[in-house]
Amino acid sequence: MKQEIIAAGFGGQGVLSMGKILAYAGLIDNLEVTWMPSYGPEQRGGTANVTVVLSDKAISSPVLDSYDTAVILNQQSLDKFESKVKPGGTLIYDPYGIHRPPTRTDINVYPVEAMEAAFELKSSKSYNMIILGALLKVNPVVSIESVMTGLKKTLPERHHHLLPANREAITRGMELVKTVKS
Amino acid sequence: MKDEVRLMKGNEAIAHAAIRYGADGYFGYPITPQSEVLETLEALMPWETTGMVVLQAESEVASINMVYGGASTGKAVMTSSSSPGISLMQEGLSYIAAGELPALVVNVMRGGPGLGTIQPSQSDYFQAVKGGGHGDYHYIVLAPSTVQEMADFVGLGFDLAFKYRTPAMLLADGIVGQMMEKVVLPEARPRRTPEQIAEQCPWAVTGHAGKRKPNVLTTLELDSAKMEVNNERYQRTYRQIEENEVRYQEYYTEDAEYIFVAFGSIARICLKAIEDAREAGVKVGLIRPITLWPFPTKVLAGYSRKVKGMMVVELNAGQMVEDVRLAAEGRVPVYHYGRMGGIVPNPQEVMDAFLQKFPEAQ
Repeated sequence: MKQEIIAAGFGGQGVLSMGKILAYAGLIDNLEVTWMPSYGPEQRGGTANVTVVLSDKAISSPVLDSYDTAVILNQQSLDKFESKVKPGGTLIYDPYGIHRPPTRTDINVYPVEAMEAAFELKSSKSYNMIILGALLKVNPVVSIESVMTGLKKTLPERHHHLLPANREAITRGMELVKTVKS
Repeated sequence: MKDEVRLMKGNEAIAHAAIRYGADGYFGYPITPQSEVLETLEALMPWETTGMVVLQAESEVASINMVYGGASTGKAVMTSSSSPGISLMQEGLSYIAAGELPALVVNVMRGGPGLGTIQPSQSDYFQAVKGGGHGDYHYIVLAPSTVQEMADFVGLGFDLAFKYRTPAMLLADGIVGQMMEKVVLPEARPRRTPEQIAEQCPWAVTGHAGKRKPNVLTTLELDSAKMEVNNERYQRTYRQIEENEVRYQEYYTEDAEYIFVAFGSIARICLKAIEDAREAGVKVGLIRPITLWPFPTKVLAGYSRKVKGMMVVELNAGQMVEDVRLAAEGRVPVYHYGRMGGIVPNPQEVMDAFLQKFPEAQ
């Protein structure tokens, strides 16, 4: 098993955190993991992305030229990464603010209305967890239980009362994906 | 007892490893992409547990001179910075080398020259291995390519520094500093006692209390004849280090017709390119120098008699390639591919560059 994932969006949308939670869950599931952020000033507004590799074998490069799965949260990132999804791979994107939707037909594309769902949940902060839920529905690379354990380990104790809300957001994200293509 | 497997950034691993090594002091000044070293140390508050001093100095010049002072007393002291900050430390490094003092310096390189970018680079290779400060000196340069090595090389760097009474540098880059992966931290051990320091470092200036001859540490020697003797002593140490401490790792070299040579994070990108190329039947391998000084010259010289060509890939305009060419002595073509200013090539770009130079490999 090897999953090469890119998550990309605006700084502040939580793509780096989402990647981190995915990486922690991989650690708990005894996988090899690398988490490589685009670090720097992008974290304060511009576009941010993170590459997460989960594998049952040693991982050579944390920097990649193509991805099994892309999770895309803004137009710039879609323009940049749509072509980098491997044929037969997966593209998950939030149509919110997208005016040039993806056009490729050789990959599985999932529009996920996560921003709308976050508004409905009245919790903009749960946005990245909704996206993570959608990703895990399409591609169960790690278990939900490991995600929750990872969250518990990484969140400071004073935030542990938010764990149920995170779980709810993940569940909501999973519901947003109606059918999983193969 | 083996420690649990954790997930952390390379920079964080350095901080944890320093405390666990029993380091006595860290002196540094924040700079991207390595500020997490100081941040993690501040968060872990080792002064309350091991007694390790963590101090944010007013500048890099102050940091390296605090290291100079701490090292003079036989303490295990370190600093960390990134390229522009390391440039500011060059005078101090020359003094520490001349004083024959053990110290650990971490450089998490970013794109230069000048203030440059905050993105990853390897453009300080020359500065690190050829001596960025004045005078005929070297220090041991270790190039980690994983978060595990970031942790492990802290202890290795300190051990070698004390063994040879020389500074050691951990020459990393923004990728391995900023990325997270699995790491098992080294076992924690206590800081050395004053008695242990006195035994290990009889040269240390710790206060003689009228009980022994005073130790004097100085790098000033106005008598040229004596200064040459000092230099000869430094050089003897350097030859010993070259003899004993060369470290490197080989990947897929057994039947390789072409060899990549790369260090640090870009070596991993090359390895991915090689794995992909091997699937297509291209016989390529990789040699990853772990010590950049001393350089694995003999190993590369050996391969230059076996392979058809060498491809050096670096995040710079071509620096280590000069040492590879010196090792190959013209026996095989040695080409270079590099990106600069913080741009990191992906595995496909690396392979394209290789095939452009060696089209017959396909």
